Amino acid sequence: MEIATQAIEGGFVDPVFDAQTVFRAVMDAMARPGTLQPLPVFARPPAPLSATAGAIALALCDNDTPIWLDLVLQAPAAVKSWLGFHTGAPLAHTPADAHFALIATPAEMMALDGFSQGTQDYPDRSTTLILQVSDLVSGAPLLLEGPGIETTVTIAPAQMPRHFVEQWKQNNQRFPRGVDIILATPEGVACLPRTTRIKTMEA
Amino acid sequence: MYVAVKGGEAAIANAHALLADRRRGDRSVPALRLDQIVEQLALGVDRVMSEGSLYDRELAALAIVQARGDMIEAIFLIRAYRTTLPRFGYTRAIDTGAMLVERRVSATYKDLPGGQLLGPTFDYTHRLLDPGLAAGGDVASPLQRASEADAMPRVSAILAREGLIEPDGDMPQDHIPGDITREPLEFPMARDIRLQALSRGDEGFLLALGYSTQRGYARNHPFVGEVRIGEVELELDVPELPFAVPLGSARVTECQMVNQFKGSAKAPPQFTRGYGLVFGQSERKAMAMALCDRALRATEFGEDVVAAAQDEEFVISHSDNVQATGFVEHLKLPHYVDFQAELDLVRRMRAEHDARENGGKVEEKREAAE
Amino acid sequence: MTAQPTDIATYNFAYLDEQTKRMIRRAILKGIAIPGYQVPFASREMPMPYGWGTGGVQVTASIIGPDDVLKVIDQGADDTTNAVSIRAFFKKVANVAVTTETAKATIIQTRHRIPEHPLTSGQVLVYQVPIPEPLRFLEPRETETRKMHALEEYGLMHVKLYEDIARHGRIATTYAYPVKVEGRYVMDPSPTPKFDNPKMHRSPALQLFGAGREKRIYALPPFTDVVSLDFEDHPFEVQTFDQPCALCAAENVYLDEVILDDHGDHMFVCSDTDHCEKRREQGRRGDLAPETMEPTQ
Repeated sequence: MEIATQAIEGGFVDPVFDAQTVFRAVMDAMARPGTLQPLPVFARPPAPLSATAGAIALALCDNDTPIWLDLVLQAPAAVKSWLGFHTGAPLAHTPADAHFALIATPAEMMALDGFSQGTQDYPDRSTTLILQVSDLVSGAPLLLEGPGIETTVTIAPAQMPRHFVEQWKQNNQRFPRGVDIILATPEGVACLPRTTRIKTMEA
Repeated sequence: MYVAVKGGEAAIANAHALLADRRRGDRSVPALRLDQIVEQLALGVDRVMSEGSLYDRELAALAIVQARGDMIEAIFLIRAYRTTLPRFGYTRAIDTGAMLVERRVSATYKDLPGGQLLGPTFDYTHRLLDPGLAAGGDVASPLQRASEADAMPRVSAILAREGLIEPDGDMPQDHIPGDITREPLEFPMARDIRLQALSRGDEGFLLALGYSTQRGYARNHPFVGEVRIGEVELELDVPELPFAVPLGSARVTECQMVNQFKGSAKAPPQFTRGYGLVFGQSERKAMAMALCDRALRATEFGEDVVAAAQDEEFVISHSDNVQATGFVEHLKLPHYVDFQAELDLVRRMRAEHDARENGGKVEEKREAAE
Repeated sequence: MTAQPTDIATYNFAYLDEQTKRMIRRAILKGIAIPGYQVPFASREMPMPYGWGTGGVQVTASIIGPDDVLKVIDQGADDTTNAVSIRAFFKKVANVAVTTETAKATIIQTRHRIPEHPLTSGQVLVYQVPIPEPLRFLEPRETETRKMHALEEYGLMHVKLYEDIARHGRIATTYAYPVKVEGRYVMDPSPTPKFDNPKMHRSPALQLFGAGREKRIYALPPFTDVVSLDFEDHPFEVQTFDQPCALCAAENVYLDEVILDDHGDHMFVCSDTDHCEKRREQGRRGDLAPETMEPTQ
């Protein structure tokens, strides 16, 4: 299929209600860290951008939000033109300029502190990372606590970044600065806002 | 027995029906047409376009009639409509030097290239009520210039030739002009953002602040370098086309205020400027805006901030009449829950106070009663 | 003769355009990620005046979907004029189901109260906020208060509360009583009576705050620590009422004072109209309750 066709197809069928449904799932996931908020397939982006990550980009990104793509997503022209056509979002020059980062291979991604952390005055001016993972059960288990979690919750996302627990602890220590993570799985979304702490598993 | 008052929905509907009735007034009087308002209340239409930030005479006229002539209400109607409109792009900066001028006066020169052009002004009218207007008599056609006027350079350009005035304000090379309708305000703000806020600011508020600078609250020795009113071309860059696309023209009023000079070890003495630009014809607003713009540049020139007109947070946070009227008028919404909280506190404190005054007598009585 | 309306002006579905919704949605996500921090957002003019709930309306309009059930209260009541007006607005522009029952609502937009009926997981409470900055009355400058939040410098607030105690013998703040969120940000709970502050603490519902005129959005995720500021020797306490609701006999609820006649006789009734009606439907009767229920709308 030609890139031009790929770029135009696969967007929201019903932009108003699809965007609302995707956003509500992300909002609920951000408000209840570590819970999976199910999402049907709303978008059919070109590979290797996943349907869930693509739908989140359509729901949240536009020409006001520069996007960073990891190497795997930068490679095919079709991904860039699809995002460009459907969202109008420019590509960020550096990860630190990005409002959103789309990461297809989190296990190989750059360090979390390479993205915008926001400032002490404006901690909201940080990058939101959208990580494509295959599931929330087959990776190393993470015991989570913090706002949005009544006691604790455990998830085990696959393909997480290297030294994630240590990196996340540093992210916590930068509060109120720091990045927030949206995990996009084929079934739906889960979130790790910067307030979520990973408790060390007791043996 | 007590029955709670109900029926908010019906009351609101009835109130709005009454409003519609009062708006229309006596049915034997012909209803106003929008073209009548556009043609005959043009300066009111201009104010609504300017502070409503939407250049559309017909919509402004509709807003005025819907608001029963309440200008701030009309501005509000336009703003609430404007904010829903999709954004196609930003025009190129307008060139007021190339304006098709209808009025242009300078207070700093007796005569200048292009001349003084009085245009349609209230200046020098004797403010005597004209019974002829009440009778709706015919109005003679005005004299028209036979040919195109001479080029009319801006006074700032004339002074700039001698280097006697600071240049047009420049933003850094990579500066993208802000948009106060798309981004939250942040203090301190760049001048482009500040000028946008002033341009849609309330005419009365800016007038009073500008006036206060003349009376010594941050005096800045203003001279009207020039006020000009006329039509400017609007052009839009389209990525696919090698040239700018003309969109039409808009009528604007521009004021270049020439202010007290400055100089330093580095910079030679030269005049400074305040700038005003508004949609339509309103030199009062443009001049007041220019006075406020100059006052708000105090920090830039190393002047002490001593007066309200120089205080950016104060001026810009309170210049928007749609915000101001909303928050002042919201006081008429029910607040009885908060009031009850205060009432309870004051009653308790009052009881304690009385108890102290009466040396504990009240305390005893109350205890006996319980 | 009625004039035909022309197509001179048309409005988008759900009033807000999609780009505006996206911008507000992004701000909401940041607010949830940084509880108690006021996220600046490019608030739009709304078709109701600033100060009348434009922040709450923008938040609600950005999150609401066809499956939602909306409740709107003002002063705790579903039938106050502005609540009626905002509910009608959403019925008109979003064609959404509305209710007065707290338990049935998925989104509750409120001004000045938190419902008495405990909120549950999955519900969203949207507050209309006039002045989101808790330090604003102590320091009018945004440039200054922003620094204070950045440096976590809240001494001024404690000084103010302490001055209250010195002058009045108690903390004289009865509504919009400041809270500290997760031990970090001091936050304005909106002008709810301090009676409602404890309901914010570790609520299972998501709480979103919208300040339209001041262009700020902030949030409390569920199960977030929300602590009212106080001193060891002057601990925070809520309002108490000497008598139960005159209509439904409820105790430990917030009451409105209703003046009954021109001698100043008054009675106290639930400010939460839904709570009161529910109790009366269950047969609870206060001293001044009518014999039979008045027909509800």
